[in-house]
Amino acid sequence: MSTITTPFSGPHTHALRTSGQIMGLVLLALVPATVFGFYLFGWPAVNLWLITILSSLLFEAFSLKLANKPILFSLSDGSAVVTGWLLAMTLPPWAPWWIGVVGGGMAIILGKQVFGGIGQNLFNPAMLARVVLLISFPVEMTSWVTPQPLFSAHAPTFLEGLNITFHGYSLDMVSGASSLGAVRTELTQGHALSTILVPHHYTTQNLALGFISGSLGETSAVFIILGGLFLMYKRIFTWHVPVAMLTSVAVLATLFHAMNPERYADAGFHLFAGGMILGAFFIATDPVTSPNSALGKLIFGASLGALDYVIRTWGGYPEAIAFSVMIMNAMTPLIDHYTRPRIYGHTWRGATLKYSEDKLDTVHKSRDAL
Amino acid sequence: MGMAIFYLTILGLSLGLILGIAARYLKVESDPLVDEIEAMMPGSQCGQCGFPGCSPAAAAVVAGEAEPTLCPPGGRDLAQRLADKLGIKVDLSVMDEDTGPILARVHEENCIGCTRCFKVCPTDAIMGAPKQIHSVFKAACTGCKACIDVCPTECLQIESVETTLGTWHWPKPEPALAA
Amino acid sequence: MKLFRFRGGVHPEGHKLATGSRPIEVLPMPKRLYIPMQQHIGAPAEPAVKQGHHVLKGRLLAHGQGTISAPVHAPTSGTIIDIVDHTAPHPSGLTVRTIILEADGKDEWMETETTINPFEIDPQEIAVRVGAAGIVGLGGATFPSAVKLKLGDKQPIKTLIINGGECEPYLTCDDRLMQERAQDVVDGIRIMMHSLRTSRALIAIEDNKPDAIEAMKIATNLFDNVMVVPVPSLYPMGSEKQMIHALTGLEIPAGKRSADIGVLMHNVGTAYAVHNTIRKGRPLLSRIVTVGGGAVREPRNLEVPLGTLVSELFEYCGGFIKAPERILMGGPMMGQVMPNMHVPVIKGTSGVIALTKKEITQQQTMACIRCGSCAQVCPCGLLPMELATRSNKGQFDNAIDYGLLDCISCGSCSYVCPSHIPLVQYFNYAKGAIAAQNRDKQKATETRDLAKQRTLRLEREAEAKTRAAEARKAARQAQQQAKQTTPPPSTKPVATEEAAP
Repeated sequence: MSTITTPFSGPHTHALRTSGQIMGLVLLALVPATVFGFYLFGWPAVNLWLITILSSLLFEAFSLKLANKPILFSLSDGSAVVTGWLLAMTLPPWAPWWIGVVGGGMAIILGKQVFGGIGQNLFNPAMLARVVLLISFPVEMTSWVTPQPLFSAHAPTFLEGLNITFHGYSLDMVSGASSLGAVRTELTQGHALSTILVPHHYTTQNLALGFISGSLGETSAVFIILGGLFLMYKRIFTWHVPVAMLTSVAVLATLFHAMNPERYADAGFHLFAGGMILGAFFIATDPVTSPNSALGKLIFGASLGALDYVIRTWGGYPEAIAFSVMIMNAMTPLIDHYTRPRIYGHTWRGATLKYSEDKLDTVHKSRDAL
Repeated sequence: MGMAIFYLTILGLSLGLILGIAARYLKVESDPLVDEIEAMMPGSQCGQCGFPGCSPAAAAVVAGEAEPTLCPPGGRDLAQRLADKLGIKVDLSVMDEDTGPILARVHEENCIGCTRCFKVCPTDAIMGAPKQIHSVFKAACTGCKACIDVCPTECLQIESVETTLGTWHWPKPEPALAA
Repeated sequence: MKLFRFRGGVHPEGHKLATGSRPIEVLPMPKRLYIPMQQHIGAPAEPAVKQGHHVLKGRLLAHGQGTISAPVHAPTSGTIIDIVDHTAPHPSGLTVRTIILEADGKDEWMETETTINPFEIDPQEIAVRVGAAGIVGLGGATFPSAVKLKLGDKQPIKTLIINGGECEPYLTCDDRLMQERAQDVVDGIRIMMHSLRTSRALIAIEDNKPDAIEAMKIATNLFDNVMVVPVPSLYPMGSEKQMIHALTGLEIPAGKRSADIGVLMHNVGTAYAVHNTIRKGRPLLSRIVTVGGGAVREPRNLEVPLGTLVSELFEYCGGFIKAPERILMGGPMMGQVMPNMHVPVIKGTSGVIALTKKEITQQQTMACIRCGSCAQVCPCGLLPMELATRSNKGQFDNAIDYGLLDCISCGSCSYVCPSHIPLVQYFNYAKGAIAAQNRDKQKATETRDLAKQRTLRLEREAEAKTRAAEARKAARQAQQQAKQTTPPPSTKPVATEEAAP
């Protein structure tokens, strides 16, 4: 052993978890919902998923090169894959290839690298990209297909899939509508909810299982929740954000549904429709763009849920998750500032703790009881 | 149109008047900035800046007559802090490399006890009496070098302060955190 | 008794089996001891012996200097061969004044004071004797124990907490001490209680040490006011702030001491040393050290004379099976890396640990992903990632605002950080830099005052000079006038004018 020159400060032992492993676990948790999406929407969905992830990786590598950062080492943290994968989950499954490429670029460059790279971004990169895409390419971003499960009669073959991804498809052939979009359209036409949900098969059960049209990986609430619970079990994120967010949506939905059941859908619909579940477990729990403290997470989740409900119900876009997440991302530094944990020996306000003599006496005396 | 011009003129005039009155009645006697700058300076009145003391030097820096780099004992750190305080840009490269803390030391074999050094020491950090070997009181020495030039035998020398267990502290980790 | 849960904390792997089941062995007296003058918090001790002196075991080698300091004694009989600057057991690799004692092999005791019944003497006297014996906090903090025992005079200490937590991985020296010498430890605790005039002592032992808990329970059976309290194994349970919270639910108010809330904490090793001093009249000459780590062939606990080189400990334990990557003094969480193995064991050395590369599990630092793990485990309620960025940017005031000075450097944050950011080193760096800035500021104020005084003095002198000159002038003029009354023809007023300047 040689004499060391730059000493290492402690600790000299570490927990084995690394940032790369965390990302790996997140990816693992996304697998069930993604595979279900592949099954539901066939080869075009696989293509889009691959394209989005690959372009995210490419744009990440490009940015790292520009910034003179070690490319392979930085890519190995897996964050670009997570971003690309999450973005792909929220895209219409038969969207053309360039949606994936533009989305990947937006997410990585505009969503992450311009802020200084991993850990520095203010907004969730996948949601930022989704908003940019939705505003720039409203037609492509709202063209949904009815489920064409793999190996079913109408499912496109591999070659047809390539054709759909790279040359587009005729809309009227398979067009469907996302649950939220359909409900909104019909509501604006003055139809009552009871006449909408049933013909569209938008029962809570169908929505939860996911045999409906919608984004690539958002349809199956069950599989997403499975992945989310797995991550919670692995302590990648805590229960606070998802629970606060879903509770707040459920409460609001129930309240308004009770007031006017023909105008406002019930909690079951709102919880399982659109990107709510994916958002609650995989988007809003992004550590970089959500508050750190438990209290902050509760505030963040609850506000996010309320915002989402408001935008869905009265706003211009039925798919509200991306917008509400971004608004709450912007609030995160503020929430963090006001929900700093209490420091040992201080009061919540930062003053020095004080105990009364009586209190001290009682505490010390109580220590005699064995 | 005419009314708008009229109102704006009235508004401007009255605000100007209020500002003028405020400036007259709320006037601060001495420039607090000079005091603040002086407080930042070493305060040893060593005169290496060319001014007779830290107070005139501070006034000159505030007035823009001297650069914030004027104070050698303060080093680059002080220059940067002065510039930040005044909100000006500073070119640190004109200053010598910071040597870290330095102190004067009497090499006793050459000291003839001439007392010249302790007459010029701005902080009375040199002890001794005529024809006796002088020594430097480390806690009071600012390393201003005033004594070096007057010593006839070159027995006074500037030495850098060695780090001890008491003054050592952890260095910043390398590589620095990406920020 | 109801226990409290402090926030945060981590569960590092214990690695305690290898040494925890093996009895303490006494290390044979080494040929030479290197006894540093600074083995404690506070001013270094001042040598009381000279080169060439022959000393008996227990003889005072160096006086404590000032109120917070501790004397040092000869761990064996022998000759002082030199007083030099020797590498300190400190990560910096700097030197410390060190007395080198060559053992004569006789291990001959000097006459010790007659034994006394500690419960019949004045409590103050106990603190004095503990101070004279050079006892410091043996848990690793090395704060002079006498200073803490004297606190009983100023403030009522209602509960004495004895720290048998030993939450650091690898270390088992306190565990073994409690298992093998429980009676002596409990006696030391009771002596301390007498010194502090305290009627209640709680011995907190982590529940991963069932044998020590059992032994201590038996030893405390007779004493109603000394209780063994098993506490959950959770790092940093052994930290003063956290242990007090776990046992009482109280927190030490920021900037205050535990005595301010009526609590004082001492380590079990300190209690044992107090017993030795008061009952047997023996100063602190040796301590129990865990020699451990994956690189060591036969890890075990040794009773080691202070001043023994670390290399000799490893040699006694069969050397290395693998090349060690780091040599630590203390445990792997808060212990310090040693510059080499030729540094001596000192009073605060609870363990010397030789870690292999595999055990360190440190990986390349990646960017922070703000996962918040560090904030979750921080036992002080801090936001380590925020502190680190501020420390890195040199925004020390801002970091203090975020609680930098409330950080206890326990290392839980660095331990869990998935990006392996050396958070603790950022805090240590910032704390050190702030201390240095404060020292500089202090010195600047002092020298500024000196300069001001000098200016005033010079002005006074100049004034005195002018006044003297004026006085002389006046005197001369008076003389002149006196002469003018009988004027000699040659002198004219011209002459007075010449004398004027």
